[in-house]
Amino acid sequence: MNKRLTGRILLVLLVLTGISACGPIEPWVKPYERDKLADPIMALDDDAVSTSYIQHVYEAREGARGGEGAAGGGCGCN
Amino acid sequence: MVAKVPPVAAAAATDPDDPAMMLRRLTLTTMLLAITGNAFAGVLPEDRADILYHLYDGGGVEIDGPSILVRKKVGKSVSVVGNYYVDMVSSASIDVVTTASPYTEERTQWSLGMDYLRGNTTMRVNYVSSEESDYDAETVSFSVSQDMFGDLTTLTLGYALGDDLVRRSDDPTFERNLDKQTYSIGLTQILTKNLISTLNFETVTDEGFLNNPYRSVRYADLGSALGYSFEPELYPNTRTSNALGLRARYFLAYRAAIEGEYRFFTDTWGIEGHTAALMYIQPWGDFVFSGKFRYHTQTGADFYSDLFSRSEATNFRARDKELSSLQSYTFKLKASYEFLNDDGNDWGFIKKGKVTASIDLLHVDYDDFSDLRALAPIGTEPLYQLDADVFQVFVSFWY
Repeated sequence: MNKRLTGRILLVLLVLTGISACGPIEPWVKPYERDKLADPIMALDDDAVSTSYIQHVYEAREGARGGEGAAGGGCGCN
Repeated sequence: MVAKVPPVAAAAATDPDDPAMMLRRLTLTTMLLAITGNAFAGVLPEDRADILYHLYDGGGVEIDGPSILVRKKVGKSVSVVGNYYVDMVSSASIDVVTTASPYTEERTQWSLGMDYLRGNTTMRVNYVSSEESDYDAETVSFSVSQDMFGDLTTLTLGYALGDDLVRRSDDPTFERNLDKQTYSIGLTQILTKNLISTLNFETVTDEGFLNNPYRSVRYADLGSALGYSFEPELYPNTRTSNALGLRARYFLAYRAAIEGEYRFFTDTWGIEGHTAALMYIQPWGDFVFSGKFRYHTQTGADFYSDLFSRSEATNFRARDKELSSLQSYTFKLKASYEFLNDDGNDWGFIKKGKVTASIDLLHVDYDDFSDLRALAPIGTEPLYQLDADVFQVFVSFWY
């Protein structure tokens, strides 16, 4: 394990230890205030079958890919 | 109603020069997050089945077929999902018309996945297999999501490994491999009681045969009657791309929602892209209507040219219009109708039913891809433009 990796692991540990040491972070949006967020119109991926299809269309028609959340697997763009 | 907002899938990232090291980091970080997380329970996706018909029609290409997605919980902590998807292709695209012959083919894809929930951690595995006459693809993916800070935050780390096999329909001896690795990291954050956002970073590395074995590039050839000839394209064997996407959805005062989206993309082929979208969602009784406008712009790949100066003019060469500088515009309309809900029905185990239809009107302007069908003098050909309609109709059941 090289020094760089060890350093990064220590950094992650420090951050996580810090988070734990502070105790539970008080949620600034209480559970009883989330009724609007729980409305189906607020679901970021409400129709997965449709989202993965249209992402596949864009990947086939444009040079960019990824960064839009989970998508399908094999391309078959041959 | 007190409700938990389901964790949203997210995506990707890492040091592309050392994927193995990054994977170790992802795994370690995920384990640590799992250990130190607070004791709030996560949620599994709902039991749901979707039966979809899709149709892409544009640029001389027609692709249609079904997609069936079924998800079911097994016990309290496991959810399994399966998908069967078919593309039936009939192609007389501009590439095909100018350099090859129209063709038909079929691509079949299926996938199986499982979500395992433990406390506020969700682990997912998924396997996807895609087959067509001249291209096979297999992908295995793994991701871990952690709900944190009173479920205001969901962090997702993901990794996928793809193994593709490229063939030629006119040469049974031709076989090339393509390996793909995807690293992703995503953060979904509830910002206010009306606003949710998600940030995704995804790195994809490809290694192997990346060009299309049928596609050709065009080069100036004074000996030809047209003034140009064609030769096979030749791509580099590697490609690494990075994409950073941000999305936010806001609940409006009168039960409607608005969503904004932006993505920055860059890769080692010299493509730099910006994508932005704006969507409006309006429920009306048992209907939900939405409209979306999406814009994408990108620069071309370093080794792309509409017309090379001579044969084998550069080490790598491409005339794939998707690698050209381009602007793409999509206008989407979508409507859904909930024909069955929880308020007392006699459909047995089915609790809710919804039918959805959508159309995407896609227009692409290519800055550096000539329409050779015009048979205009070399160098004066008009630029190609693509118009395509994408239809989707699907029925969804919750049980």
